[in-house]
Amino acid sequence: MTALDTSPTTPAPRRSLREIDARTRRRQLASTAMRVVLTAVMAVAVLPLLLILYVVIERGWSVISLQFFTEDTLPFRMEGGGFRQGFVGSFLIMLLAIPMAIIPGVATAVYLVEYGKGKKLAALVRFVTDVMTGVPSIFVGLFVYAAVVIGTIRLGFGTLAAAIAIAIVMLPIVVRSSEEMLKLVPDHLRSAALGLGARRWQTTVKVVLPAAAPGLATGSMLAVARGAGETAPLILTALGSFTTTWYLVGERQASLPQLIHQNAVQPFPPGIERAWGGALCLVAITLLFTVAARLVAARFGKRREGM
Amino acid sequence: MLVAVLAGCAPGDDRIEGAGATFPTPLFQDWIHTYAQTVDQDLTVDYQSIGSGGGITQFLGQTIDWGTSERYLRDSDLAEAEQLRGCPAFQVPITFGAVVIAFADPALDGLVLDAEVISGIYRRTITNYSDERIAALNPGRDLPDREIIPVHRSDGSGTTSVFTTWLADEDPEWAAELGAGTEVNWPAGTIGGPGNEGVTANIAQNPGGLGYVNQSYAQVLDLPQAAIVNADGNPVYPTPEATAAGIAQVDIPDDFQFDILGVGGDGYPIAGAVWNFYWECGYRGDTGQQLREFWRWAVRNGDQAAVELGYIPLSPQLKERVLAALDRIGAQDPTPTGGAS
Amino acid sequence: MTPTTAPVHRPLRGPGRGRWTDPLFKALVTTSGVFVLFLLAFMIIRTTADAWPIFQKEGLGFFTGTEWEAGQQRDLPNIHGTYGAWPFIYGTLVTSAIALLIALPVSIAVALYITQLAHRRLRGWLTYAVETLAAVPSIVYGLWGLLFFLPVVLRPVMVKLADWFGGFFLFEGPVFGLSYFSAGVVLAIMILPIMTAIIREVFAVAPTAELHAAYGLGATQAEVIRKVLLPRSYSGIVGGAMLGLGRAIGETVAVAMLVGGSQRMGYSLFFAGDTMAAHIFNTFQDALPETVLGLMAIGVALFVFTFAINVLARLLVWRVGRNTRDAAV
Repeated sequence: MTALDTSPTTPAPRRSLREIDARTRRRQLASTAMRVVLTAVMAVAVLPLLLILYVVIERGWSVISLQFFTEDTLPFRMEGGGFRQGFVGSFLIMLLAIPMAIIPGVATAVYLVEYGKGKKLAALVRFVTDVMTGVPSIFVGLFVYAAVVIGTIRLGFGTLAAAIAIAIVMLPIVVRSSEEMLKLVPDHLRSAALGLGARRWQTTVKVVLPAAAPGLATGSMLAVARGAGETAPLILTALGSFTTTWYLVGERQASLPQLIHQNAVQPFPPGIERAWGGALCLVAITLLFTVAARLVAARFGKRREGM
Repeated sequence: MLVAVLAGCAPGDDRIEGAGATFPTPLFQDWIHTYAQTVDQDLTVDYQSIGSGGGITQFLGQTIDWGTSERYLRDSDLAEAEQLRGCPAFQVPITFGAVVIAFADPALDGLVLDAEVISGIYRRTITNYSDERIAALNPGRDLPDREIIPVHRSDGSGTTSVFTTWLADEDPEWAAELGAGTEVNWPAGTIGGPGNEGVTANIAQNPGGLGYVNQSYAQVLDLPQAAIVNADGNPVYPTPEATAAGIAQVDIPDDFQFDILGVGGDGYPIAGAVWNFYWECGYRGDTGQQLREFWRWAVRNGDQAAVELGYIPLSPQLKERVLAALDRIGAQDPTPTGGAS
Repeated sequence: MTPTTAPVHRPLRGPGRGRWTDPLFKALVTTSGVFVLFLLAFMIIRTTADAWPIFQKEGLGFFTGTEWEAGQQRDLPNIHGTYGAWPFIYGTLVTSAIALLIALPVSIAVALYITQLAHRRLRGWLTYAVETLAAVPSIVYGLWGLLFFLPVVLRPVMVKLADWFGGFFLFEGPVFGLSYFSAGVVLAIMILPIMTAIIREVFAVAPTAELHAAYGLGATQAEVIRKVLLPRSYSGIVGGAMLGLGRAIGETVAVAMLVGGSQRMGYSLFFAGDTMAAHIFNTFQDALPETVLGLMAIGVALFVFTFAINVLARLLVWRVGRNTRDAAV
């Protein structure tokens, strides 16, 4: 029989519960280091946005005046003048493009949500629309140039051709966002309408669409923000103009992004100043639409909770 | 109904549209501005500087009222035009300008270069300002030890055409390797800018920048320029007088198709003309008359603006010939108001 | 009591107006849906048909040839020029690669910060801030890049890099300013929002139960992220990266203003080259009809690349990023 060792042993020294062994400390340091790095990167990532806004405002501000909105562009090397033809042009182009994008866009979204559940055709349409958001806008411009400006329809450079190009760029965005908004409308609204004896189209038009209206507006505003800032398709379809024109067909049309570009790549300083001013206006317009869209979306979300 | 709306939205009679070369853009803009302020406030004249090739294409495509280019229409182009429209098209020179070699560095103003050296610079066989071949042309001049950054046009260009035509004429190596044209295959190591505007901007942005631009741009921006060795071996700085002297050496035929080559004596050798193209028929409403009036005014009264902006106006004899030719604009159209034409 | 007709407030059903209204409506919206398909098909067919003479003449040489020389004659359908687009394809690949290399780590980091580290109230604001980058139009990026970012920030960096690493072929000088590098860096800023949005969504839908389980076992935050969150998000991250790549490949105006415009290609990052989209944009206005066909051929090639990448990307992340906010991203 082995005897147990019963001699008193020195007790192990008491360790504080707060003591951390080396390995754990290393792990914790690694984690803290990661947090620091991530925070730093986050700060760096926000920097370009602040820099862009600051520089655009600082350099563009001096040009903004009533004259900037009410006068056409002067020769590049002269001071003064404005971008009126760009504002008018962009306004007209968007005026035409918005219905051309929103009507088919919402209609397609209605198809996808109300009539297309589980159907293969609808799945294909949805997939294609998703992919179309990534089509380069210059390609859309080339297509509209080939088919509309010089092609079968032969409209020539002008507002309408440009509007068609912008509408094609906006269309997938409208479809995607409208689809999501329509899906958010709760089914019990539809059931209630059907239960009251409405036909399907009446349910859609008089119940679902109004209920989703704020959301549809949000998506449309985001599409407008995107469409207003597009430059590439405009060069290929509207070409540009130094004077204001209200015509839809037959005359070249200016637009704000194209004017900015034209003034930016030339060397005379007054023109470059005007380019910054134009950029400031363009950023203001797109930000306005984007922020407005977010506000509407936020309010729509709150309202929905009461439904 | 849509057709009616669209038809109603088609342009009316108070606008004439042109497009083409970037070379004369500052001058045309000035003329248009002055004309609108002093002569005819109701007429809108619009000119888009899309490049000489675009000017020819759109003119032949009949989407503009007049075209402008640094490359004159060849006989084949004129024949094609006549076939398209049913009546002849014609061209007149409107203004002349020099193509200068501009630098970014003010200390290089007046640097002497010749066709072979310029060819070498753009072909990247000469890459530094202190190269001995440049020094040979500039005895006694302090040359910086700096990399040359040659700038060219990234778009098709009549200015390129003038420049490369002269280079090909003077330097057989250039003619063999790159040739002349509105667009050439520029060697690696050069950068491109769109339009005279883009080239000027690029030159200014690089300390070693060197590029070919319209004299007007160089003058307004006060860019340092090179003195070019002409056919007689004289280095000539591009002043308006030197360019005019060079142009005066050229025999201008009746059809106005000419190249400015082989300039010697006191003349600055790299010069080009800008041609306007018009039709003899097919203008709607008052357009023909408005075109005639505007361009006759420009040829008669535009000299001061031209000189101010660094272009070379037409000589008095040439002016008379051009004014006579301008009467052909829309000559085959019926007069719009049925009165005396 | 005589029965009175109970007033019905705006009856939803009209007086038997038609059994055809419902099918008509359905036909209308279905046509609209099919119209989208038809539009895409028409776009592809029309441009390819127009550009076909170029493809026919060059064959595969269109993609591998390095000489791009526009024909000077005007007698279509004869093609006189040489149209080898490899320098532009190469330029597109290089600038997009630079953009992706810079933007992907930053996107992941930002997405991690927003979902894992940020205070809950801060999350919305940070997300908005990143998305506002997406709202800035491309032309403004080009202008800002050309006239501010390039001279003030990029050029000194490029000069330093050329000084230190000039021997290495990627950083060989001279430094022009306009270059693949400049275009790539600005592209990175431009594709950051879309990639961050997707990756953020992917992280946000990771089941918190798994993360909490890991914390419960004593993992540090870095370990949770590294061993739990990231592994399950790989496909989403790849999908987001591909979407960003697709956007970078198709970006036109900003790149056109920053990349340089030479028709050649070079191996240095500081070479002033050209990309497919930028070349179309810069040379379109002046192009002779034959050259326009060449540009259209480039456009078709560009479309095929972006289409392929977007299809792959959407297959990976098709469920993600379908909020309204992201629709425009």
